[in-house]
Amino acid sequence: MTEKIIQVENLQRTFGANRAVDGMTFQVEPGEVFGLLGPNGAGKTTTVRLLNGILPPSAGTMRVFDLDPAAQGELVRRQTGVLTETPSHYERLSARENLEFFGTLTGIAPADLPRRVDEMLSFFELAHRADDKVETFSKGMKQRLALARALIHQPPLLFLDEPTSGLDPEAAQQVNDLIANLGRRNGQTVILATHNLLDAQRLCDRVAILNKGRILALGSLKELARKLWPVTWVDVTLFNGASAESASASIQALRGVRQVSAEKESLAIQVEAEEIIPQVVSALAANQFPILKVKPRDYTLEDIYFALQAGEA
Amino acid sequence: MNWRSIWAIARKDLKEVRQNKAAWAPAIVVPLVFAVIMPLVFIILPQVIPVDDVQRELGDIDALLRNMPPALKAIFDDKSLEQMFVIYMAGFMLAPMFLIMPLMFSSVVGSDSFVGERERKTMEALLYAPTSDMELFLGKVLAAVLPAIGLSWLTYVVYAIVVNAASFSLMGGLWFPLASWWPMMFWLTPALAVLGISATVLISSRVKTFMEAYQLSASLVVLVLALVFGQISGVLFLGVGTVLVIGTLVWAVDALLIYLSVSNFKRSSLVAKL
Repeated sequence: MTEKIIQVENLQRTFGANRAVDGMTFQVEPGEVFGLLGPNGAGKTTTVRLLNGILPPSAGTMRVFDLDPAAQGELVRRQTGVLTETPSHYERLSARENLEFFGTLTGIAPADLPRRVDEMLSFFELAHRADDKVETFSKGMKQRLALARALIHQPPLLFLDEPTSGLDPEAAQQVNDLIANLGRRNGQTVILATHNLLDAQRLCDRVAILNKGRILALGSLKELARKLWPVTWVDVTLFNGASAESASASIQALRGVRQVSAEKESLAIQVEAEEIIPQVVSALAANQFPILKVKPRDYTLEDIYFALQAGEA
Repeated sequence: MNWRSIWAIARKDLKEVRQNKAAWAPAIVVPLVFAVIMPLVFIILPQVIPVDDVQRELGDIDALLRNMPPALKAIFDDKSLEQMFVIYMAGFMLAPMFLIMPLMFSSVVGSDSFVGERERKTMEALLYAPTSDMELFLGKVLAAVLPAIGLSWLTYVVYAIVVNAASFSLMGGLWFPLASWWPMMFWLTPALAVLGISATVLISSRVKTFMEAYQLSASLVVLVLALVFGQISGVLFLGVGTVLVIGTLVWAVDALLIYLSVSNFKRSSLVAKL
């Protein structure tokens, strides 16, 4: 069995009467990009703080690298890098001084520190401004510097809180490419806290959809879609004026086909599972219906998210 | 305890303060006034104004000398009017003013370091660093205490040079510092530097901006003003014994405030205020 990087059970954190985290249970595998999705106040940032041991839980258990963050926060934080939601820097210091400072705190040996800082500055295309004060940097440059700060000690676990917030599309694309590489190429585990559903869909292997501190759903996109919509729809377009009405009649009796509606040259077919689709296509072809296009209906993370949040409301 | 991290935090804070004019400007202006301008005024004045005027001023000094402990009074024996005036002003009256410096320096740096970090929203990233609460606390305290003591001592040295140089011909040689200045420098000054920072840490948990913290901690100067008025009124003279006693009292208050500050300085409470 694979060793879990994070194991959380019935985690709770209250601030007065407010339950910021309300009974969360989840696990994260090594190398996974795991999304914490939800609106503001859903409990994403509090969860990141709890897992890094800078906030103690009110109840429940959590293990990160098999350590208890509440009691062994320092050891946990040696192995984590965090990009905070507002990635503020010491603006009166240079990019190099900022990285040297955090590199020292994370325990990089003095002999290795200058090389590591230079590597980070080059990787994030900040080398030409290394000795300029951070207050002169653009928002995109500051975000890249914040990522460099989080990665300088090569942590095996990375927490990214809204990493593309406020970035222009090019900068956001660069950051997303980097996140994708971290998990898939470097084997680093990434926890992505965001309300950007497109980014999450593209990057995350699994997501936990949160609302008011609770997990509404947990799993991969496919798993979540199947839980919400157990049936599958497939749209078939016929070629060159073929009758969809006739085609509909030829497949209605097929096992696993639940419903068929026809309009002009298009068929909308509800099937029990994706495995039925090839049989539908074979039946249409066998009956000489010319097929132009077959497209199973995909559910986006956005569809799932809004369906869950609407259900919650 | 990871001293490399502690020094890194202290160095970073000092670099930051160096770039903050509002924080370091008083660290230049105040020593300049206390160590150079004021002694020059009080030493040159009796050498240029008529003896009668000095005599009139010394009328007040006579009253004060009557209340002085014999050991202190002996300093004034066999001295001319002008010499008595210089000893009285440079050796006694200005002395408490120097105690403002360690308090002020440490509370300025402390305000910038503890509250400024929160105000500039850099605190969160620091809390995620793999340091203990105590290392974070010590790094920030050292950043405030060490320059406060260092700058105060530097100001004492400059003051001693200015006082001796300006009064050399009048006094017929080097006469400063008086014995009471040694415990003031090495016992009371560090105690006040620690008082400034420990009070600032406590204040910083209750205020939101650097200026609020600075203004509140600056109110500690009232303690020093009490010493000034104590001397003016003849109730209290900063002799060696008095300085040692006051220093011991301040260290006792420091111990209490540091205990409270350390108990107060927890990541969980700091993060809740972000």
